Parts: sequence; C-alpha cells; structure tokens
Amino acid sequence: MMSLLRPIGIALGLLLSWQLIVWLTDAPRFILPGPLLVFDTLIAQFPLLMKHAGVTLAEILLGMLLGTGLGLVSALSLITWGRLRRWLLPVLVISQAIPVFALAPVLMLWLGYGMVSKVAMATLIIYFPVTAACFDGLRQTPTGYLQLARTLGASRRTQLLQIRLPAALPAFGSGLRVAASVAPIGAVVGEWVGSSTGLGYLMLHANARMQVDLMFAALLVLAVMALALYFSVNLIARRLTPWLDESTSSTTRGDTP
Amino acid sequence: MDIRLEQASLHWQHHCVFSDLNLTLPSGRWTSILGQSGVGKSSLLQLLCGIADAADIKGRIICSDGRPLTGRVAWMAQQDLLLPWLSVLDNVLLGARLQGGKVSAEQAEQARYLLGQVELGDRANARPAQLSGGQRQRVALARTLFQDQPLVCMDEPFSALDAITRLKLQDLAAALLADRTVLMITHDPLEALRLSDRILVLQGAPARLSDPIVPVGQTPRAVHDDQVLQLQAQLLELLAGEAS
Repeated sequence: MMSLLRPIGIALGLLLSWQLIVWLTDAPRFILPGPLLVFDTLIAQFPLLMKHAGVTLAEILLGMLLGTGLGLVSALSLITWGRLRRWLLPVLVISQAIPVFALAPVLMLWLGYGMVSKVAMATLIIYFPVTAACFDGLRQTPTGYLQLARTLGASRRTQLLQIRLPAALPAFGSGLRVAASVAPIGAVVGEWVGSSTGLGYLMLHANARMQVDLMFAALLVLAVMALALYFSVNLIARRLTPWLDESTSSTTRGDTP
Repeated sequence: MDIRLEQASLHWQHHCVFSDLNLTLPSGRWTSILGQSGVGKSSLLQLLCGIADAADIKGRIICSDGRPLTGRVAWMAQQDLLLPWLSVLDNVLLGARLQGGKVSAEQAEQARYLLGQVELGDRANARPAQLSGGQRQRVALARTLFQDQPLVCMDEPFSALDAITRLKLQDLAAALLADRTVLMITHDPLEALRLSDRILVLQGAPARLSDPIVPVGQTPRAVHDDQVLQLQAQLLELLAGEAS
C-alpha cells in the first residue's frame, strides 16, 4: 500500500510546489503556466495531443525494435567471428564519438522529414548501448558452463544458442531498459530538427506561438509515455529472466552457497 | 575399459609443474588423486575430460578398447554448474538437450528415475535457485549419472558443502557410482579414504604421483574405521610435511 501511496505523494508535492512558485512569483502564463492551466489545456487539446503522441510513440517503438534487433544480431556476430570483432569493434567505438544529435540534420537530408528519419535517430541512439550490453553478456558466460557443455559434446552453435544466449539474457534486459529510456530522446530530437508531426514538433510549434501551456501539456504526455514504456520493458525483461527473481529471493533466505 | 595417461606434462607460466607423469585408471575402480592446490591435479583431470588448455598441458591418453576417450567422459566439478534458467529435470537432461536432439520419453523417464535416486524426485520442476547447496550438488550428480559414460571425472565434487551434507553425499555417490571407473580429485584425505579403491598422492616440485595406497573393505567406509583413521593421519602428515 505504501509503495502505491509514495509516488502519488511525491507527484502531489511536486504539483503543489509548482503552483506555489506560480503564485509567489506571479509569473505570466506565457513564461510558467500553473499546473491547473496545463491540466485544462491537456483536456481541451486532448485529441490534438493524442494525434501527435501516436506518431512519436510509433517512431519510438519502431526505433526500439530495429535498434535492439540490430544490436542483438551485431553482438551475436561479434561473439561468433573473432576476426570480425577485431575489425568492427574499433569502428563501433569510434562511431560513438560522433554525437547522434549532430547527425540529425544529415539524416533529415537523406531520409526526408517523415517518420523514417526519426526512426533512424531512435535506432542509432540505442544501437550502441544494446550492442555493448549484449556483447558483454555473451562474453561473460561462466567458463564452467562452457566447459560442461564441451564435455557434453555440444557444438559451437549449440553452445552459443543454448548456453551463451540464455546466460546473456540478464545483460540483454539491461540493454533493453537503457534503450527504453533513450529511444524517446532520439525520436524527439529528430522531430525538433525537422518534421510536421509528433510531440517534439508540437512543442516547438506551441513555443513559437507562446502557447506555453500546450507545450507543458505535450511535455507531460511525453513523460507519461516514456514512463509507461520503461515499466513495460522492465516487465518484459523480468519475464525473460524469471530465474533472477527466484535467486535473489533465495539469497535473502540464505540457502544458496 | 582401462584408461592410461602417459607422459603428461604441465607448464604454468614458464615453469614446469610436472612432466613425464603416468597414470592408470583400472576399469570399474574408484581412483583418487590427493594433493594440495596448485599441484596441477585439476589440470590433469581436465586433460582427461578434453577441456584443458592445450597450450599448457600435454599427454597421451590410451583406452584399452583402442578408441579415443574424447566424448566418453562425464565431468562433475566443484560448482554444481546447474543452468539457472532450466528446471532441475532439464538440467539432468542437459546432455540430451545439448546434443541437438529432442528429449525422448525414455530419456525423461531415466532422468526422473535418477532424480529419485538422489532423493529429489519431487523437485523435478523446481529451478536450481530454489534448492540448497547440497540439493544442487545432488542434481549435478544425477546429471553426471545420466550421461552414463565409461569414465566419471570428479573435481573436488563435495568440497563446497558443509561437513554433514558432504558425508551424506559421499555415501550417495559411493552407492550410485559403484562398479564404475571413477577418477576423483580431492584435497580431503578422509573423503579419498572413504570412497576410493586406490589413492595416489600428487606432490613435490615438479610434482610426482606416489605409489597407490589401497585401503581394504567396502566403500563407503565408516569415518571411525580404524584403518581410515590411521591412514588419514599418515596422509595428513605427508601432505603437511610437504607444505612446511
């Protein structure tokens, strides 16, 4: 019960201090709109907000799907072919030295102002963290498991698919969580650089017309969306690795060596 | 099937741990190698299991039936090495699962029977994390038995367990591995004396194998058996003398 009350309490406290700041500083509504005003706008502009949120959500989800898929495939290839690893790993690290945000204008130029360039942004921004997490996970398989598999006559392919891959699932789960928290950044930055739909576009548009209340409402929708995304991915990651919950509970019981 | 290891040599960081070592494992007997850590006994065992680092350790393995030993050894380590994502039953069936095939009904039946033998018949669907250390090592024993290989190699299999659990597991292993060719590595003289038909001590620099000590009587021998106690004192003295 407390675990439910606490976030509600925190949210109410934050809203109250927001309203207090508005009252005390007497800030004009085009600088800092109060939470009540933002809430009014949220209700009044709900269809508009949802239309743009749908676009952004689609960009994020597609980006996540592509980014994690590519990341997983890259990690598997890196672990399978040692020669590829020596060539590709430095390239991957160097590619990370280029900020993805700096690439946004180029992506607009090449892929147009539609959804494709935003999906590409989201994909790019999560590709490296997912690849790194999966690669580390695949590499850190306990040696004992692999030795056991060898004495059991498992082929290299079987060792990869039945030992390394499941042993890497917890790391893959952390990769997914990182992806869920940074994919929205990629999509929104993409929309800022150039687009005609999406929450990022709506925020810029509202800002330019001094509709700061609408901007805050869009921000609120974005935050709720990102939180929901993170928690669903967290749930999926835990479903992928059910044995982790069990092992933590049994260490607290203290009966594992 | 007798197994003979000839001219085994192990080099570790440019110094010779042992060389020109010969070891015979007579068919159907339980042989133990006793020695302190760092003397290369685990490497010797891994060489027989085909999982040693070929750059460090070399040796010729000869089986009395003329065929290579590769793929005919069941390995049991100090850690249970149960895969946490598989159920207890699937861990016992691991050999069948990893050899690419579907698990047949007979194999599942056999695995359940072996789980019953290690007194875990009712935990077949549990996950390893839900078991205690002793239970996990019993599952590892069932997995080793399921492989049904001509040679069973055990690397300090019970050393991570508490004293009482260790004694119980030794009794269980002695019963279930009777008449099999077993090689066990251990640093516990009592364990070797309770379970083995032949005991070899590996020590020195470079290390050499002693002549076999052959305790008499049925295994598992009782902890208060006069012969066991006497030999245990001798072996402890021998090992301790080396250490000082």
